[in-house]
Amino acid sequence: MKYVIQVTLISVAMMLLSAGCQTTDPAPRSSIMLATTTSTYDSGLLHYLLPKFESRYGIKVEVMSLGTGAAIELGKSGDCDVILVHSRALEEAFVSQGFGTERYDVMYNDYVYIGPRAANALRESEDLSRALAGMVSYMEQNATSFLSRGDNSGTHNMEMSLWPKAGLPDFADKAWYLSIGQGMGDTLVAANEMGAFTLADRGTYLAMQNNLPNLQIVFEGDDALFNPYGIIPLNPDKHAHVEYAAAMLLVEFFVSEEVQADLLAFGVADFGQPLFFPNASK
Amino acid sequence: MGAISDGFFESIRLLFSLDPYIYDIIAVSLRVSGIALFLSTLIGVPLGALLALSRFRGKQVVTALLYTGMGFPPVVVGLFVFLFLSASGPLGSLRWLFTVKAMITAQTIIAFPLVAGFTMAAVASVDRNLLRQLRALGATKLQASWAAIREARVGVLVAIIAGFGGVISEVGAVMLVGGNIEGRTRVLTTAIVLETRKGNFGVAIAFGIVLLLITFITNLAMLYLQKRQLLEEE
Repeated sequence: MKYVIQVTLISVAMMLLSAGCQTTDPAPRSSIMLATTTSTYDSGLLHYLLPKFESRYGIKVEVMSLGTGAAIELGKSGDCDVILVHSRALEEAFVSQGFGTERYDVMYNDYVYIGPRAANALRESEDLSRALAGMVSYMEQNATSFLSRGDNSGTHNMEMSLWPKAGLPDFADKAWYLSIGQGMGDTLVAANEMGAFTLADRGTYLAMQNNLPNLQIVFEGDDALFNPYGIIPLNPDKHAHVEYAAAMLLVEFFVSEEVQADLLAFGVADFGQPLFFPNASK
Repeated sequence: MGAISDGFFESIRLLFSLDPYIYDIIAVSLRVSGIALFLSTLIGVPLGALLALSRFRGKQVVTALLYTGMGFPPVVVGLFVFLFLSASGPLGSLRWLFTVKAMITAQTIIAFPLVAGFTMAAVASVDRNLLRQLRALGATKLQASWAAIREARVGVLVAIIAGFGGVISEVGAVMLVGGNIEGRTRVLTTAIVLETRKGNFGVAIAFGIVLLLITFITNLAMLYLQKRQLLEEE
């Protein structure tokens, strides 16, 4: 009996404590859920932009950071309010199937091939096909690997679409091709450990490069590596519970001139170059 | 509801389709956890018996450490194994990171305190008089210890079940140190995480069913052994 009383007292004390925490924390009036890609999250962009939105509108933005494929699936099942992703074909299908109301351009960044420091010669490659051919022969000679995200993310889809352009349609069957099914950050850490190649968005790579001493950019700048991001609010006709009005506020926030200018400034102080380039249409 | 029932039927279809992707993952899971369990038994049973049967200075400290090990968060084990095996870590030259060896190492570290702890409890409850009699009859210390383990075999079996349960269903450590590489280090738990994130609920459910079946069958087999032993004793 004494034990029961003790347990009850402790539980009550804990409840009071947690209630106390809630009242001291100025709770926002409402919240919305943004499903987005690991690249916007891991690069720190959302931490940089969202506090301004949250304090201006008193709406907390809960961020689910996933691959583009998974973020879109969350949107289809109505488990978020707005998606910010980068896979043009998937986004257009999402809107045309009625899951989202409209796609808005926000920004773009680009992909870079990352590889071991010893693979310096690849940097001189003139175009994508020569770079990939050089990479393959390097991997075969040095018994190293290419790490694929393998998670149906925007980066994974982009990576798979680039091999055939370089005349390597059967890349997935090669011994050097490893599909690891993880986020961008995890994949870069694994590549750093294994001395492997991978494809990364420039933002995540630059944000993490201090922790990746064995890696460098081995190829960049080809037009095929361009990576546009779109933001899509969920269609309230499909899922009645979505916070459409609040989601539209977030969309307008992202495409506003002020935030577009903030986007271009992001990362310049730390990396000497912008990580994302605004391209919202006015 | 649709997603759940669709996923369920999809998973049944996949399990009977003999898709090599699925059977590779099952094979890697069983291999990694099986070897880790074998190593944990090799370390844990003698250690548990030793702690139960002997008295030495610092035994309390070792026992406390063992109990801490039993409740150690697997993902923290994964973190340490990662740091040790990392290219810049002390054991980096082994080049074990992102291989099944790293996963077996992590799972062994997770499972052996469980095996040792439960073995200790089981062996400690064996009647002391029996051991004294055996010693009086001329049994060596080792022979007496072996007799104690045999006497406590049901408890030791439970210890091994607990170890297996701890590793087959573990996800954080194997994700960190194995890297979830398709066809090499992807196991049932990491595959469930990945397929759920990709929105492939059918595949994820199929792996979930397989994982449940493996644990169920293993426990059933162990319980059967346990029952047979009880009958023998009568």
